[in-house]
Parts: sequence; structure tokens; C-alpha cells
Amino acid sequence: MMRDWFKSGSPWIWLNAAAVSASLIIVIGLLLLIAVRGLGHFWPADVIQAQYTLPGNPAVKVIGQQIETESVTLEDLRSAGFTIETDKKLIDRHLLKTGNRDVLGSDFRWLVEPYLSDKFWPQDIVVMERREWGNFYGYLKAIKENGKVVVEGTQSWPELEQRLDRTLDIFDQIRDIEKGAIGDINYAIEDLRLEQRRLELEGDDTPENLKVLAIERRQLEKKYELLQKELGELYRKINRDSLTAEIMNGQTVDIPLAKIVRAYKPNELSLFGKLGLYFARLWEFVSDEPREANTEGGIFPAIFGTVMMVLIMSMMVTPFGVIAAVYLREYAKQGALTRTIRIAVNNLAGVPSIVYGVFGLGFFVYFLGGNIDQLFYPEALPAPTFGTPGILWSSLTLAILTVPVVIVATEEGLSRIPRSIREGSLALGATKAETLWRTVIPMATPAMMTGMILAIARAAGEVAPLMLVGVVKLAPSLPLDGNAPFLHLDRKFMHLGFHIYDVGFQSPNVEAARPLVYATALLLVVVIVILNLAAIYIRNRLREQYKGLES
Amino acid sequence: MSSNSGLTHGVNLDALDRKQDVMNINDETICLETKSLKLFYGDKQALQDISISLPEKRVSAFIGPSGCGKSTLLRCFNRMNDLVDNCRIEGEITLDGGNIYDKNIDVANLRRRVGMVFQKPNPFPKSIYENVAYGLRLQGVKNRRLIDEQVEKSLHGAALWDEVKDRLHDSALGLSGGQQQRLVIARAIAIEPEVLLLDEPASALDPISTLKIEELIHELKDNYTIVIVTHNMQQAARVSDYTAFMYMGELIEFGDTDTIFTNPGKKQTEDYITGRYG
Repeated sequence: MMRDWFKSGSPWIWLNAAAVSASLIIVIGLLLLIAVRGLGHFWPADVIQAQYTLPGNPAVKVIGQQIETESVTLEDLRSAGFTIETDKKLIDRHLLKTGNRDVLGSDFRWLVEPYLSDKFWPQDIVVMERREWGNFYGYLKAIKENGKVVVEGTQSWPELEQRLDRTLDIFDQIRDIEKGAIGDINYAIEDLRLEQRRLELEGDDTPENLKVLAIERRQLEKKYELLQKELGELYRKINRDSLTAEIMNGQTVDIPLAKIVRAYKPNELSLFGKLGLYFARLWEFVSDEPREANTEGGIFPAIFGTVMMVLIMSMMVTPFGVIAAVYLREYAKQGALTRTIRIAVNNLAGVPSIVYGVFGLGFFVYFLGGNIDQLFYPEALPAPTFGTPGILWSSLTLAILTVPVVIVATEEGLSRIPRSIREGSLALGATKAETLWRTVIPMATPAMMTGMILAIARAAGEVAPLMLVGVVKLAPSLPLDGNAPFLHLDRKFMHLGFHIYDVGFQSPNVEAARPLVYATALLLVVVIVILNLAAIYIRNRLREQYKGLES
Repeated sequence: MSSNSGLTHGVNLDALDRKQDVMNINDETICLETKSLKLFYGDKQALQDISISLPEKRVSAFIGPSGCGKSTLLRCFNRMNDLVDNCRIEGEITLDGGNIYDKNIDVANLRRRVGMVFQKPNPFPKSIYENVAYGLRLQGVKNRRLIDEQVEKSLHGAALWDEVKDRLHDSALGLSGGQQQRLVIARAIAIEPEVLLLDEPASALDPISTLKIEELIHELKDNYTIVIVTHNMQQAARVSDYTAFMYMGELIEFGDTDTIFTNPGKKQTEDYITGRYG
């Protein structure tokens, strides 16, 4: 009976099914964990207020958002110095985000359940996200204008909302001027400086030429002064308002409205209000720039950098890999040498990626970049232009890392084109090159796309080599902007993978950063999935054309 | 037959059942000629000293058992064997008097003059129109009107026009096997070659399609020198003017089809034709 069952092959089918299910469950579980932890971060949770009485100490008031709860054993707590009289084995412990780092010293606090009493959720508690010192939790007392109290008590909240809108508006204007107009002028002035240096180097620094440059510079400086004046006016306006508020230890603090990003009363919000806030915060996360050492704000530059790096990489790796594969498969004499090359190519895919990083740094950055600087950008020296890590070198390094995948996939595709098709073309008087170009390569494009998809999947998740050849913690500007030549391949960039590492492990505020690690990881997965889906969509459309050929 | 037009499934059977004109090889203009042709795959000799003269604007058929070298011989005429590694040729093949294995010959140009149709239909994964236009585009023809005309003419020539005229820009892979084979013939005649080599063109097709191809061969004979390799002796008898019987890489007998099939000169030929081996 048992023997028959074994002979039928069913055990292997079941074993396979189990393995597949296990992998699926792991993948789905992982994604779910990341999604729940990451997306939960943006939910405006209710703020709790309670009394916390440690034995032998007076009761203190605590206010904050409950982040997580865990059970710890009584022994652990006792050995940590707590004296708790209870017969329960496990004690709950809560992590409370109390915010107000400027006053309290840290954002988070662990509280042991038995010492907590009088929990309630006051309606008028205010949460404020600030540009520095993290969140504020407490009670709004008064609004001040130019240091004088204008509104007090319950009227303060509507007044705050109104004045905050105005402040945020001014803040946007300031940012537009600083990042936009002044950034452009600085770029132009730097261009002029380089132009002058170039003239000096080439011996063309005649008085006439210099005069032209000086006139241009004066114009720019005049514009700059105007903008500065405008900026000063805006700064004066934005610093007009401030507020007074009370935090949990009874202290009152003054906060300028210019430092506030968002203020809300979570305990008063309806479900829809909370949903609105949730999506606003989620949108801020994907569309805004990071604040506070990357632990707050958005990660748009990292998304942008990742996508752009991958696109540049695929634009370089695809032609290169395809040409190599066509040569290997179609032109090279099949023998010991081509076999060796094939083995080498396959092994290249197994080299640890950090080795590529070291190679990229040595060859691309220092050798190629250094020489490019000598030849084309001598005016900027000793400041390097291409002789320093940047997005171009990162893309090239990853292109080398992924080229074996493209070569192997393309070769596979070429070898699958039926001999009869090639013969048909040759019999019509086509040369080998014409046959390749008009028939074989178009038919192999789906395979090339497969190679590209694999390359993208590999490159988008790669971090280690990038740390050596172009990724930075915080890039001042995107590699694509409105200043000619628009695409700045020499610039350093931010990357989601590196961002995860940086936020998770290099951040001073570990508890605050942890949800962001999950959120960023989720976003990285989403970006890779989108890139892949786009490539798969294109491939399937190409495949459609050649459908029916296989039979 | 109840049909008054003599058409069955669109095939004119009367045309196939024609009475063979008595032909004599000495009255013909010779188009393709081999002189003591030997072909080796590595050390193995596949063709033994073959000398044959194929007349112009006639259908010559190569028959013989599998592996006798008839396809190999056919593929010598447009140098398709060049693509095979370790393939070596001795002797001479002339097309209109010129040696096609001469060093100065442009192989692509030779293949333009000597078209070929393979055993399995091999249309390109392009539209019907583009398949036929392929050879013209290779020659650099850009004039759209000229290509249009030539495509229509070739499809008419291959008796396919009426079936595909409404879907010229659909994929050629959507056609049936027989249609695909006629498309491939249209593709070959679109560049107006002098010679058409057919390598078992009907062996992958159903009987109706086979008849259509045979009818087509009969019509094409007026303009092209046709060389056909076939396993099917009835087919050889039906379509060809001259027949060569090959065995083990050797040319046993070559003569006009009537003689070969009714009164073969060699015992081997007779044995094969009467089905005693092969």
C-alpha cells in the first residue's frame, strides 16, 4: 500500500507543493510585516494621558502616543530594579512616544503597566510635527504675535490653524526662492567662475573677455541682492507668530510657527479626518525631502535617485550585453576560447558586489573620472567634477555587475531562433548581418527584455557597491533639474537601499527611525515591482508579435 | 466529376493530369550544370562525382531514398552548404556558364538569382506583406508603389492573392501550412530569381495543399528553372519534365521523366520506382 503510494510519485508532488507553499508564505508574510509596520507609522494614533507612579517617587503626568506593547517576565523587571508585588508571571510594558525632545531629552519612554493609573484621552491635546526637535505633545495655551499674546484659551486653536496656513504658505515661498531662484543664480555664478578660470588657463583672459564676464556677474549679483531683500522680508513675516504651550511636566514652551509643519488634535478627529491626515502624511513621505537627519519628512530624492540610476544602468547594460551576446553566439568561432569566455561571463555574475564597488571606485572614479577632469574640466580643479563618486559611475558599476545576466539571456534567445528562419533570410540574398539585423535580433528582443528585467531586479536592490561609487546620505540636489545641461551625471544621489541602512543603523534616534525603515523597505519593493512590471509589459507586447512561431 | 469547371478544392486536376510532351535533353538550353562534384562533411563523402545538366525553364526532380544526398546536392546550387561547418566541395557548378564557387562570386547575389523554398514553411514573424517585400527591401527598393506592385504580382504568381488580399498586414504566422508554403514561394519569386530550388516543398502539407503547390509549380515553369527534391514519386512523375535518381550519394540516372518512370535504364532505378527498396 505504502509502496504503491511511493511508486505513484505523489510524495514528490506533495513535497514540491510544501516547498512552494513555504516559499510563498514566507514572501507574503515578509511583505505583510513590512507593509503593516511601515504603513502603520503614518496613522495619527490617539494620544494618551496618565499618571505614572514609581515606588518612592511622586506621581508624574505622562502624555504621548502608545507605539507598542510587549510582555516581559517578572524576573526580568525585578532584576532591572523594579519592585512589583503581583502574582502575575508576565507584565505588560508600553513604549510611549512622548516627543518634546528639546525639553525631555528623548522622544520615547518605556512605562510598566502596574505603575500606570488614571489613563484617559483628553480631547484638546495637540500634536505638532516640527522642523526640529521632533514632535510636540501637550496643550495649546496662547498665540503670540511679535512676542505679544493675541489670543488665549479655547480660541487659540482656530487661530493657530489659520496662522499656520499663512506661515506654511510663506515657508513655501521661501523654499522656492532659496532652492529655485537663488540656486539657479549660484549655479550661474559658479559657471562664470569656471568660465573665467578656463579663459585664464587657455590664456584668453583678455580685458574684453573678462569684462563681459564681469558684467554678467554684476547682473547676477544684482538679482541676488534683490532676492535676498525679498527673502529678508519673508523671514521677517514668517517669524511674526509664535505659540505658547504646556507639555506633560507642566513646563511651558514657546514655539515659533515657522518651525511647525503640521498641527492636529488626534483625539478629536473623526475617522475621516484621521484618514485624510493619514494620506497627507503618506504623500509627504513619498513626495517630500527628508528632515532631521532623514528620520522625518519624505524620501522623494531617494526614490528619484534609485529609479534614475536603474534607468541609466539599463540604457547602458542592454546594448552592451546584446552586442557581446550577438558576437559570442553569431560571429565568434565556437571553440575553447569562446567556451572560456562564456565561463568567465557566468562567473562574473557570482563575484561579490562589493568587489565591483572597489573596481568602480578605482577604475571609473579615479582613473576614468580623473582623466576626464584633466581633459575636459581643468578649470574646476582641484575640485573634481567626474573624478568623484556620482550617479554615472554608479550606473556603470552596476551595468558591469549585471551585464552577464543580459549576455546569458540574449544568447539563450538567439539560440532559440529556428535555423529555418535564418536560412529563409539567407536564401533571399541577405547577408549574415542583414539576417541578424532584420530577422534574428528582432525575434530575440523578448529574450533581451528578459535579460534587462533580471538586470533591473538585481541592480535596484544592490547597495554595497553604490556606497563606494556615488550614494550619499543626503544629496543637496537631484541629478535632474532645470539648469543646463539638465542631466547632471556627475552628481551624487540618494538611494532607497542605502537610505534603509542609513536610517536604520546610522540614526541617533533609533526608535523614531524604525518604522521608517519598514516604510522605506516597502517603497523599495514597490519601486522594483513597478520597474519590473513596466519591463514585463513591454516584453509581453513584443512576444505577442512572435506568437505562434514556437510551434 | 460533377463540377463543370474541372476544379476540385480550387485545384485544376486536368492541368495536373496533362500528357507529358516528349522531351529530349539535347534540345534544351542548359541552365545549371555540375561537373564531377564531390562534397565532404568532414571525412565523410556525401556526394560522389556528380555531373548533371539541368535545362532552363523546365522542372527537374531529384528522387531517391532518404540520405541519398539529393537535398545536399540541391543546397549546393545556392551555396546553402556554406553554412555547414566542415563542409567541403570539389568540382564545379556553373550557372549560365559561370562557376558559382568562384572566389569572386558574391554569395548574397548568387542567392538572389537562385531562390529556395524549404521543406517546412518558414515565414518570418512579420506581416504577409512584409514577408513578400523582404527580398526587395534587402535590395534597397524604397519606392512604395513598386513594392506594392511586386507584392501583388508575386502573391498572384503563388496563387495566394485571393486568399490574403484583405489581410496583407496580418501576421504571416496566422496562415495555414499550405498558405504559408505558398507565401514562402511568393517571397522567393518576388525578387525574380532565375532558378527556384524546392526542397520537398509539399512534404509537410495536406493533400489539397500539396495539389495546389504542384499546380503552382506547373505554372511557374514558364518563367523559372525549377529543381525539386521529393520523396513522393507520383509527385515527381506529375510535376517534372526531367528526373534524376540518386542513390548513396551517386547520380544513378538522369533523363526525361517519362523515360525514367516507364523505361528506366538502370536496374537500381527500376527497383526503386517499383518499390522494391527505398
